[in-house]
Amino acid sequence: MMRMMGNEISMTRRAFVGGLAGLGVLAAMPGRALAAISAGQAESLINKVVADINSIINSGGSESAMIKKFEGVFAKYADVNFIALSALGPDGRSASSGQKSAFVKAFRGYIARRYGSRFREFQGGRIDVVSTKQVKSRFEVLTKTTLKGHSPFDVVFIVSSKNGKFIDMQVEGISIVKSERKEIGAMLDRRKGDLNRLIADLQKG
Amino acid sequence: MTKTNFKATVVLAGLALMGLSACASAPAPSGYSDPHEDQNRWTHRANVKLDRALVSPASNTYGTILPQPVRDSVSSFSDNASLPGVVANNLLQGNIEDAVHNTVRFAFNSTLGLLGIFDVATGVGLEERDSDFGETLHVWGAPEGDYVVLPFFGPSTERDGFGILVDFVLNPLSLALPTEVKHLPKAAWVLSKFGDRYQFSDTIDEFYESEDGYDLMKLYYLDSRRYELGIEVEDDELEDLYDAYDG
Repeated sequence: MMRMMGNEISMTRRAFVGGLAGLGVLAAMPGRALAAISAGQAESLINKVVADINSIINSGGSESAMIKKFEGVFAKYADVNFIALSALGPDGRSASSGQKSAFVKAFRGYIARRYGSRFREFQGGRIDVVSTKQVKSRFEVLTKTTLKGHSPFDVVFIVSSKNGKFIDMQVEGISIVKSERKEIGAMLDRRKGDLNRLIADLQKG
Repeated sequence: MTKTNFKATVVLAGLALMGLSACASAPAPSGYSDPHEDQNRWTHRANVKLDRALVSPASNTYGTILPQPVRDSVSSFSDNASLPGVVANNLLQGNIEDAVHNTVRFAFNSTLGLLGIFDVATGVGLEERDSDFGETLHVWGAPEGDYVVLPFFGPSTERDGFGILVDFVLNPLSLALPTEVKHLPKAAWVLSKFGDRYQFSDTIDEFYESEDGYDLMKLYYLDSRRYELGIEVEDDELEDLYDAYDG
C-alpha cells in the first residue's frame, strides 16, 4: 500500500518538475536539478539546514518567532508532502486530494510548533555535520548536537538523491516519520477516523 | 522519599525484574511486543503520579532557585563521579579505547575541573562517552529481554533494568569513598535528574499528559536504545516508506 502511495507522490513530482523544466525554470533552480544529487550536495544541503537551525536556537527570539522561522526551514528543505502523508499512513488512502493538501499544510504548522517549541531547551547548543553515507538511492547525513552539560547526540537526516530534500530525521535512532505515524494514527483514532476534524484541530494548534 | 524506602524500592524493582526474567519466554530480538503491558501501564501511571506529586514540583523549585551554571556544575559533578563505573564497564566490554578516554577524562575533570564541578575535558576533545552494565550485558551477548517500565527509572528492558541495578550496587567510586562523603555522588545524581526534568520539562510534560505517552515512550526508548547499542533492527516499516519514495 505505502509503495503505491509513494509512487503516486513521485509521479506527481515528476510531472511537476517536468513541467518546470519545460518552462525553462529549472536552470534557475540548481538545487532542484532532475539528475540525482551527489553526497557532497546532500551534505551541503544539510549544512544549510543546520546553519539555519543554529541561528534560530541562538537568536534569542520569542518562541513564536522561532516556530515561524523553523516552519520556514522545514518547508524549504524537507519534503513535507511525503513526511505528512507518511505520518497519515494507510488512513490517508481514502482521503480526497483536497483533504490531503489541507492535511499537509496543517501538519507543517503542527510539526513546527511541536519541535520548534523545544528550541528553548536547545539554547546555547550547537549542531555540526559529521559525515554522509549513501544507502541505496538516498544519503544519510549524520549531525551531532552539542548541548551544554549533556553528551552530544546524533541526528541523522535522510536525504533523497532524487530531489535533494530531506524526507526524515532520526534523533538518536528515533525517526520523526515513524513516531509521527504513531502519533497521528492515535490522534485520528481518537477522532474516530474523522480526518476533517483532525485537520481542523491541527490548524487550531 | 527516605533513603531506606528508596533502597527498598530498588531491591523490589530488582526482584520484580528477576521474577519477570524467570517467567519470560524466548526474548524477542526486535519489534515492540509488550508481554507485560498491563503491569507496565500500571507502573507508568504510578510514575506519572509520582512525577506530578513530587518530582515535577521539586524540579521546578530546584530549577527556579539555582541558576543554570550551578545546575550545570551539579550535573558535571554527578557525571564525573559516575566515570569510574563507566570505565569499569568499558573494561568489561573489552573497549580499551573508551576506557582510556574516560580515565583521562576523569583525571582532567577531577583535578583541573575541581572534583568534576567543571567539565574541562570536553573542551580538549575528551567528550562524554557514556556506558552502562546493560550495554556490557549486550556486548556479552545477552538478549534485550522483554520491555519493562521500572518504578522511578521508567522505560527499560529486562537486560537494561538488571544493568541499572548492577551499576547502582557496584559503583567503584561509592565503594572507594570514605563513609562521610559516600552518598554525595548519589545526591548529586538525584539533583542532576531534577535539573534534566526542569530543562526538558515541556517534552516530558507532553509525554506524561498525552494519552499515547505510554506507547510513544516505549517506541522512543527501544529505538534510541537499540541505536545507541548499535543493534541493527530490521525496520521494514521505515525501509518500505523510504524505498517507496525512491520509486
